[in-house]
Amino acid sequence: MAVIERQPAEPYWVERIPAPVWAVGFLLLIMPAVANDFVLFQVFGWTFILGMIALSLMFLAGYGGMVSLIQMSVAALAGYMVAIFGPSGVEALSLFLPWYVYIPVAVVIATIGGALVGALAVRTEGIYTIMITLAIASAFFYFTRQNYGIFNGYTGFNLVVPPQLFGVDWRQPVPFYYLTLGMAALSWLVVVYVSRSPFGLALQGVRDNPRRMAALGFNVTAHRIAAYAFASVIAAFGGILLVWQNAQISPGTAGIPAVIDILVIAVVGGLKRPIGPFIGALIYVLLRSFAPDALSAFGLSTERFKLLIGLGFLLIVFFSPDGVLGLWERWRARRASKADPLRGGSR
Amino acid sequence: MQRFASRHPIWTLVIAIVVAALLWLVFAPWPDGLEDAIGRKRIFLNAVFGGITLGALYFLVAAGFTLIFGLMRNVNLAHGSLYLLGGYVGFEISDSTGSWLLAFPVVFVLVAALGLLMQNQVFRRMEGEDLRQTLVTIGISVVLADLMLWIWGGQSYTILSPEWLSGPTTLPVISSIKSDGEIVYLRYPAVRIAILVAAIVMGVAMWLVLNRTRLGMLIRAGVDDREMLAASGVRIQYVFLAVFGFGAGLAGMGGIVGGTFQSLSPGEDTRFLLASLVVVIVGGMGSIPGAAIGALVIGLSEQLGLVYAPTYSVVFTFLIMALVLAFRPQGLLGDRR
Repeated sequence: MAVIERQPAEPYWVERIPAPVWAVGFLLLIMPAVANDFVLFQVFGWTFILGMIALSLMFLAGYGGMVSLIQMSVAALAGYMVAIFGPSGVEALSLFLPWYVYIPVAVVIATIGGALVGALAVRTEGIYTIMITLAIASAFFYFTRQNYGIFNGYTGFNLVVPPQLFGVDWRQPVPFYYLTLGMAALSWLVVVYVSRSPFGLALQGVRDNPRRMAALGFNVTAHRIAAYAFASVIAAFGGILLVWQNAQISPGTAGIPAVIDILVIAVVGGLKRPIGPFIGALIYVLLRSFAPDALSAFGLSTERFKLLIGLGFLLIVFFSPDGVLGLWERWRARRASKADPLRGGSR
Repeated sequence: MQRFASRHPIWTLVIAIVVAALLWLVFAPWPDGLEDAIGRKRIFLNAVFGGITLGALYFLVAAGFTLIFGLMRNVNLAHGSLYLLGGYVGFEISDSTGSWLLAFPVVFVLVAALGLLMQNQVFRRMEGEDLRQTLVTIGISVVLADLMLWIWGGQSYTILSPEWLSGPTTLPVISSIKSDGEIVYLRYPAVRIAILVAAIVMGVAMWLVLNRTRLGMLIRAGVDDREMLAASGVRIQYVFLAVFGFGAGLAGMGGIVGGTFQSLSPGEDTRFLLASLVVVIVGGMGSIPGAAIGALVIGLSEQLGLVYAPTYSVVFTFLIMALVLAFRPQGLLGDRR
């Protein structure tokens, strides 16, 4: 008779999620009860949107090893498609299709665009990716600025508002907050899931050693292009939300400063984990919203917040290449290692 | 050249035909049918010469970029900021002293000093970390762009060219033939001719230094394999410093040139950064002749596109880049590593 040793029971899935995640999630859910409309719509709505676009960059850079500057352009492309196929203030160019047509169309077109750029960019490696994607992103910017037939040139589109679904005006602060929160949480979960799926693991293998993965029979190029396509889907949803939040889109949405800002957000937050871009986005939005007040309090012109962002970015890259999350982890590691030898290992 | 011709006879033929057609378009008087089809010859000639001059300017800026990239694997995304800074400083100097020529050495030294500082204090600390170096250059470009906006404001500046270069010169190129048989030659701004000549001289000088001197030998060896070069006892940091300083100074002087025949304003830095990127991608990374060819192609396509298809001139540039990437990812003259 075999003695069956009872395995300790697998913890219930609720218990496996660490407490801080529950706390943050709960806090975000009850936020509308305490925060005012500006904080909900401008600060958090914008944070979630920028976080999603930066998350797509983080996915490519962190898991695929490809720092792509095209993500903001992909987002803007999706935004433009919403404005072109859906309703907008430019009646001559917009097609006024129903929402269940123009949202999928926008996402599909942006995904195809992102995958095409990816197909070009993966022909070269490493540091070249930045150069090529930056060049393509600026070509997109100049093209939208010059093209009046489709993209309405310099002025772009205005009055692009979300559809009135289920009798809710989704541009009101509280519904919009929950919409962006839901989309951000969803994309975060999807990225976490994909990063642990066979595809995500293969992608990380390709990042670490493309030759070995190729020798193992993986199609390196196909994995990279698929990563671009997947990241484009997230960026596309971010772009749709962005155009709804601003109610307008113009070439400046995907201008070079905006493209660089997404990279700054992702790097400041940390490229190692999917939560990093959202932290970076929160820091960026807070700086962007409140730095002018702080600067004028010090007697400086309110326009100098770019300088502040640039200097902050330089400091982060200098002292903590893996972003704010890296700082936090190193601080914890140092505290743990300090505690260890003296007290004999509570951890 | 001969090897290329024997290996790719068809391509050689195509290139020869295109070059011959271009030369014929430039030098021969146009028949009436052609003028009806694509407009006056004067417009075409102006576009071509504008494109060549623009290409010369792009070459001045991109040559430093491609050298720095080839040797140090450092994508210096602050290159456009160095260009704009050189232009602003050159404007201040030529404005206060009244001497256009004096601005060149001063700007070269100042911007090269900034480049040396960046290489020695910033990039040397993170050697071998390509991505981090590039991120730092992005941060530097953001900071520099805002500082320049702070100092020089949002308006655009134009550097006045000296009197001996102002006004047009007559080129021995037939622009049109009047009905009474009189031949009209093309008139073109002298300063642009000077820029073109200067760029050619600069390109030839760089080629000579790279191919005929000891320093050039070191740089070429470093582009091929910098670890081996360092292992064979060369103080590679000094080579890095020399190249970075030279490339930065060249970008600064490009700023004066650009400020003279175009204008300086915020946003020009990203424009020239983009131009350098595309030139280097098209021409091949780390190759000076590649940069020259890339600059010429991009300058010509931009100007011709501006004249004949104004809405899509950017698309031409982009299409050329995409085609090169699709068929020759290492660039027209780049080596595959």
